Amino acid sequence: MTTKANGEVLVKVSGVDKVFKRGSEEIHVLGGLDLEIPTGEFLALMGPSGSGKSTLLNLVGGLDRPSEGAVEVGGKRIDQLSDRKLAAWRARHVGLVFQFYNLMPVLSAQKNVELPLLLTRLSAAERKKRAAIALDIVGLSHRAGHYPRQLSGGEQQRTGIARAIVTDPTLLLCDEPTGDLDRKAGDEILDLLQALNREQGKTIIMVTHDVHAAARATRTLHLNKGRLSASPIDQ
Amino acid sequence: MKYFYLIFSGLKRKKLRTSLTILSIMVAFILFGYLTAIRQAFDAGVEVAGADRLIVRHKVSLIQLLPQNYEAKIEAIDGVSNAVHATWFGGIYQAPRNFFAQMPAVPEDLFDMYPEFILSDEHKEAWLATRSGAIAGRGLAERFDWKLGDRIPINATIWGKKDGGRTWEFDLVGIYDGAEKGTDTSQFFFRYDFFDETRANGAGLVGWYTVRVTDPDKAAEVAAAIDAEFANSAQETKTEPEGAFIQGFANQIGNIGFIIMSIMSAVFFTILLVAGNTMAYTVRERTSELAVLKAIGFTDRGVLSLVLGESLALTLVGGAIGLGIAALLVSMGDPTQGSFPVFYIPTRDFFLGLLLIAAMAFVAGILPALQAQKLQIADALRR
Ligand SMILES: Nc1ncnc2c1ncn2[C@@H]1O[C@H](COP(=O)(O)OP(=O)(O)O)[C@@H](O)[C@H]1O
Ligand SMILES: [Mg+2]
Repeated sequence: MTTKANGEVLVKVSGVDKVFKRGSEEIHVLGGLDLEIPTGEFLALMGPSGSGKSTLLNLVGGLDRPSEGAVEVGGKRIDQLSDRKLAAWRARHVGLVFQFYNLMPVLSAQKNVELPLLLTRLSAAERKKRAAIALDIVGLSHRAGHYPRQLSGGEQQRTGIARAIVTDPTLLLCDEPTGDLDRKAGDEILDLLQALNREQGKTIIMVTHDVHAAARATRTLHLNKGRLSASPIDQ
Repeated sequence: MKYFYLIFSGLKRKKLRTSLTILSIMVAFILFGYLTAIRQAFDAGVEVAGADRLIVRHKVSLIQLLPQNYEAKIEAIDGVSNAVHATWFGGIYQAPRNFFAQMPAVPEDLFDMYPEFILSDEHKEAWLATRSGAIAGRGLAERFDWKLGDRIPINATIWGKKDGGRTWEFDLVGIYDGAEKGTDTSQFFFRYDFFDETRANGAGLVGWYTVRVTDPDKAAEVAAAIDAEFANSAQETKTEPEGAFIQGFANQIGNIGFIIMSIMSAVFFTILLVAGNTMAYTVRERTSELAVLKAIGFTDRGVLSLVLGESLALTLVGGAIGLGIAALLVSMGDPTQGSFPVFYIPTRDFFLGLLLIAAMAFVAGILPALQAQKLQIADALRR
């Protein structure tokens, strides 16, 4: 297993609890969870459905806040940022890839990829150029003008990845990126993620159900009953 | 604005629903524009009424006449700079539906009192030189396609002639323009001396007086002084500001402003429900999209603005097209084929329209926008 991790801790999750309240009922999803991810790692996160993988990913990406504990990214306590600062932080540091792509149906691939750049001070020309580069990286330059409905699932997901990397984020968070794709398209996505990790040194956390997909990562962790372990507990 | 395409792309989402919503907003604003022009037609006189002008009429009613010698008496009152008389002729040109105001006037007095009527010196001289001469406003002349030199026959309803005839013939010697957009150019004036000599009865009697005061702030005092002057005489007077006089005239038809306001309120309330409904659906259907925007770094405030922006785009497109069509319709002429003294949408009401567009966008969009603002990313992405 190759690893580009340079040892410096990028993500540090310490003693994190996450409790959801549904009416009077409390759901304890994560309890006292610790996790360190070095810069440059490609981490696969596995575990049964409902075990809290997405929840953990959301905490690391600043999409949600822990009930207890600390989340540090690049030495910064993101769980303590105000909503506004957290939004700015996400824009700057996080790229998100979703299982169902979540592209804007009314925007072309090019415009979808440009979307995160709207939050920067870049000029229209510069935004366009960067979006074109991102589309080129994922091999979709020729489909830039197409709308999501005109693209296959694999192409939509590649557009999603282009959107995630266009701001050159510190962290790439992928929640079951191949979950909705057939084997071939899924493999292409995994090739792409692996290349981004190896060639561009992107730190990636990927939630997956698929052992085959997890094998592409530099490390795999299993989440079960709110805890992380290096091997599946139920084995 | 770099968010423009994002805002407008929202309108492309459900094309049919968006079109129908825009269409209903458009209809509302066509109505708004058109009714505004109608109200303006009724209000026009009131608005252009000079603050320094008073109208003196018979205390009992407008139809009762006043002696012409009141003119000198009024002019002798402190604070009065000029008084001129006018009389309602009320004749019929060809057919009753061709209604327009006809009045005998003393040429010099008319232009002195109404500087907003613009007549070239040439036409003025021609009028002074022609006893049977008359002048028409530009709007009136265009309505009947009159040219200088035309002989205009008008059938008397009130004023028969000494020779027993009822048809008065006037020679059109001038056409006056309005100094402002709101100036009434639908009137017809002929010479008082000719009128007084020719009419079968009522010699020396006039309909009312228009009085210019030297200081508009003292208008009320001057009005009281005029009425006091003629108190206990055979013909007592009632003096009021020109605006109030014209308003009273318009009110004979009904409170047009109120009727129009009522219609508009009902229309806008309905359209607000339509637009609000559209915005509510727009946000509900796009919960996950809005969550994604937040996930990639749009702030809560940013998403709120986006939804409000979309609401504005909706009302702006519909409203602007509606106002445009209204302006076009209004420019094609008034619904009475020319009986309105003026027919146009005042600039002020265009701005009011824009304000309404913004207000409608806000009211229709604010609840969905707040909902979008509150959206929790993690929650919304699970749906
Ligand atoms: N916003 C939420 N409100 C209530 N319950 C939630 C919420 N998010 C997640 N959960 C619950 O937390 C548990 C873990 O969810 P999730 O992190 O999505 O699991 P996974 O991604 O591993 O399938 C589930 O039982 C889920 O129902
Ligand atoms: Mg999940």
